[in-house]
Amino acid sequence: MLTLLLILLPIAAGVITLLAGERLAKQLALVGGLASLGVATFTWLQFDPAAGSQFGFKYAWVASGGISFAAGIDGISMLLVLLTTFLTPLIILSAFKNDYKNPAAFYSLILFMEAALIGVFTATDAFLFYLFFEAALIPVYFLSAIWGGEDRIKVTFKFFIYTIFGSLFMLVALVYLYYQTPGTHTSEISAFYQLQLSPAAQGYLFWAFFIAFAIKMPLFPFHTWQPDTYTQSPTPATMLLSGIMLKMGVYGLIRLLLPIVPLGMQQWGFLAMILAVIGIIYGSIIAIQQSDMKTLIAYSSFAHVGLMAAGVFSSSLNGLQGALIQMLAHGINVIGLFFIVDIIYSRTKTRYLDQLGGITQSTPHLSVYFMVLLLGSVALPLTNGFVGEFLLLSSVFQYKGWLGAVAGLTIILGSVYMLRLFQKSMFGPKSKWVEGFQDLTASERAVLLPLVIMVFWIGIYPSTFLKITEPAVNQLLQLVNN
Amino acid sequence: MYPIILLSVFGIITLFLGFSKSKNILLPAVLLFLIVALGSNFIEWGKGPFIYFNDMLRVDNLTLAFNGIVLLSAFMIAAISGGFQDNADSEPAEYYGLMLFSLVGAIMMIGFDHLIMLFIGVEILSVAMYVLTGSNKRNLRSNEAALKYLLMGAFATGFMLFGMTLLYGATGSFKLAAIQGFASNMNMGQQSYIFYAGLLLLLIGMLFKVSAAPFHFWTPDVYEGAPTIFTTFMSTIVKTAGFAALFRLLNGTFAIYGFWWIVIAIIAVLTMLVGNIGATSQGSFKRMLAYSGISHAGYLLIALTALTKPSQNAIVFYSLAYSLSTISAFGVLMLVSKEKSIEGQPNERYEAFNGLARQNPLLAFVLAVSMLSLAGIPLTAGFWGKFFIFTSAAERGIIWITVIAVLMSTVGIYYYFRVIISSYFREGDTVKIRVAPFYQIILVLATFLTILFGLAPGIFEKLI
Repeated sequence: MLTLLLILLPIAAGVITLLAGERLAKQLALVGGLASLGVATFTWLQFDPAAGSQFGFKYAWVASGGISFAAGIDGISMLLVLLTTFLTPLIILSAFKNDYKNPAAFYSLILFMEAALIGVFTATDAFLFYLFFEAALIPVYFLSAIWGGEDRIKVTFKFFIYTIFGSLFMLVALVYLYYQTPGTHTSEISAFYQLQLSPAAQGYLFWAFFIAFAIKMPLFPFHTWQPDTYTQSPTPATMLLSGIMLKMGVYGLIRLLLPIVPLGMQQWGFLAMILAVIGIIYGSIIAIQQSDMKTLIAYSSFAHVGLMAAGVFSSSLNGLQGALIQMLAHGINVIGLFFIVDIIYSRTKTRYLDQLGGITQSTPHLSVYFMVLLLGSVALPLTNGFVGEFLLLSSVFQYKGWLGAVAGLTIILGSVYMLRLFQKSMFGPKSKWVEGFQDLTASERAVLLPLVIMVFWIGIYPSTFLKITEPAVNQLLQLVNN
Repeated sequence: MYPIILLSVFGIITLFLGFSKSKNILLPAVLLFLIVALGSNFIEWGKGPFIYFNDMLRVDNLTLAFNGIVLLSAFMIAAISGGFQDNADSEPAEYYGLMLFSLVGAIMMIGFDHLIMLFIGVEILSVAMYVLTGSNKRNLRSNEAALKYLLMGAFATGFMLFGMTLLYGATGSFKLAAIQGFASNMNMGQQSYIFYAGLLLLLIGMLFKVSAAPFHFWTPDVYEGAPTIFTTFMSTIVKTAGFAALFRLLNGTFAIYGFWWIVIAIIAVLTMLVGNIGATSQGSFKRMLAYSGISHAGYLLIALTALTKPSQNAIVFYSLAYSLSTISAFGVLMLVSKEKSIEGQPNERYEAFNGLARQNPLLAFVLAVSMLSLAGIPLTAGFWGKFFIFTSAAERGIIWITVIAVLMSTVGIYYYFRVIISSYFREGDTVKIRVAPFYQIILVLATFLTILFGLAPGIFEKLI
């Protein structure tokens, strides 16, 4: 039942926020987000990693078709639910400093988005998963298209059509799988795991799933919607997209693609791996050349997600554990970085590196927070990025040595673009744009401090989180290897 | 059967009401009639099947469900017609009378058990529609549309009648049961080319009525030229009745499935292509909806192609979802196009919707939900409609057609979202649009049902 509460609470909070009107919207939304975080933490305390799917519920939905409204939390879900509920209140808080028009709608959309994301991460029925997977698009589409930048209409439209195009293929695959289940059909994901599918069918299904998730993450060459959308969206929407929504794709790979079509994975996994590795290098090289800070971080995110996907495609314990911990770490880092860009933009009205410089001179706090998050992102030991990248690279290395070597370049390239970002914006002579730059306010620090704490927590003692997922991942790998 | 009798009587009463001086009782009376007819429809619920009129009409839960959709749509359409008081030339009593009579035709089509009944039903429905299409007498477009519809429709009817004759020649009977028996004999190996030819010709006639490609050419012009209220009527009621009739016909000749499935499959694919690709290049919202109507006929044809157990429910559900969204889309279009009219002509272009979210948030929301539903986005009824259709095809094992349908749905999103973009993200003037309370209730009802069936399609399942 806790799962149901987790899904419904943000919806209820969203509706209340919407009805409460302009003045109270911010505060109510924040309370709603924190309440969800509270429930998620409580769930975590009750959670037993070894016990499989817990706190579930199941209601008949389309009774005759054996489709049910069913969700539950296992280790993998737990981690992502924690990520979602931890980041959402921070995203809401980070929006406080900007005055968005029509705030009631703005904040309620964020909360609706949170509900849909939790739904995706907990659904145990394939069609419910699909439903939330699509439904998550609608709030973020409106967020980006109403409150976004100049080109928002064109860019978000492309994003919407692109991603929905991908997921429709997944729908076909799910319908097909549903009819392969024996007896009166069922759409439980766990029933799909048991199917004995022919290698040819698995090949087709592999691509149907792959396209859906590769567009969502995005992987090379399906990424063309991403940098524009990240750049044009208002920062809270960008944070939702990069911090959490991107994880839907990786989660889909782990939850559906890997265990349902292991033979498809054997046939095509190598190609998928190559695409992921190309994405890592390609994203990094483009990131090095960007001068718009938001676009730069967008490409860095594209490069990081490539590595996560590569880890999943290696279908090894290290790869999956690495991908999961990296999802957590990447969510934290990327949200922090986007927030810092937003802070700089709101004070200087520019995001271009050539116009910035010398911010450190007046901002000790900002510099430190920025540096920590940035080092997390370049995977310095003792920061959160290191654990994930280490596990991921080792899994890719085991898969194919030379691929591991190529993917390993990400560490070098990552430090190049990240340090360039820092150097050009923070150091050097003070440019005229940064005259009178104020250091962080209390509410800005309230967003960054929890993020920085998490950077160190995951970096120094990752097993808090690794042990949540380990039994679930082992179970999954057993399925894959049989 | 009760609605047939009641609607015939009510139609005559409505015509006489036209003589009364007071125009204001007409609309409430018609709404009352439709409610009564809708209620009477469900008297026989769960008791059937009944056979009436010398074995010519069949009543079972499926036909009652289709009747229910048709009558509910008619009620909503009549409610948003507003009594036709904005045009001095109009003849409300006659329009309402024709609408009621045409519903009789629709119900006959839905429940036919005899080809003559089908023919009578189609003709009653069509003749009324020819007249209503041309009801805007002083408008050139409306006249053109009526003439086009009449000429093309007459042609299609000719094909249909010829087909029926050939079927009679082959089987010696007009009864569906006899045709069914003959078809199963053919399945055993007894060939009859006259039967094949007859069936194909009959199908052509019917496919014309539901505007399936390549018999769709009349649709955009007629839908655009006709007064919007009658376009709504055509695109919901005629389509639902047409698909109900097609379903009965194909179900009756199921024994020779191997013969016709590929024909219907190809037509389904063609219809989806023509409808969706045609809709992308339209500048007029109304004309886009005409093409979208064609594309939805294509999706419905997939369910007919498969004709598995879920198909029946899929067609009913899809028709309902489609009718609800179409009525709200046209309902909003009528208001907005009149508000933004240019030189007395309603403005039906996309630009007319710019800034609608500011001018009237409710209308913008209704329109957005109806577009999302037509596009088949989850949490709306339209999603489950498509879903059930895809599952019916998957059960038959025809995956390739589903893949095409999925690709076409993506195209659909492109044109349905244009109007959402206009109303939410583009700036227009800030003149508020007023909506009559009753009109609002109907739009909200349609939207509410769309979302309700989107969240809990199981409710509907319990009803059927």
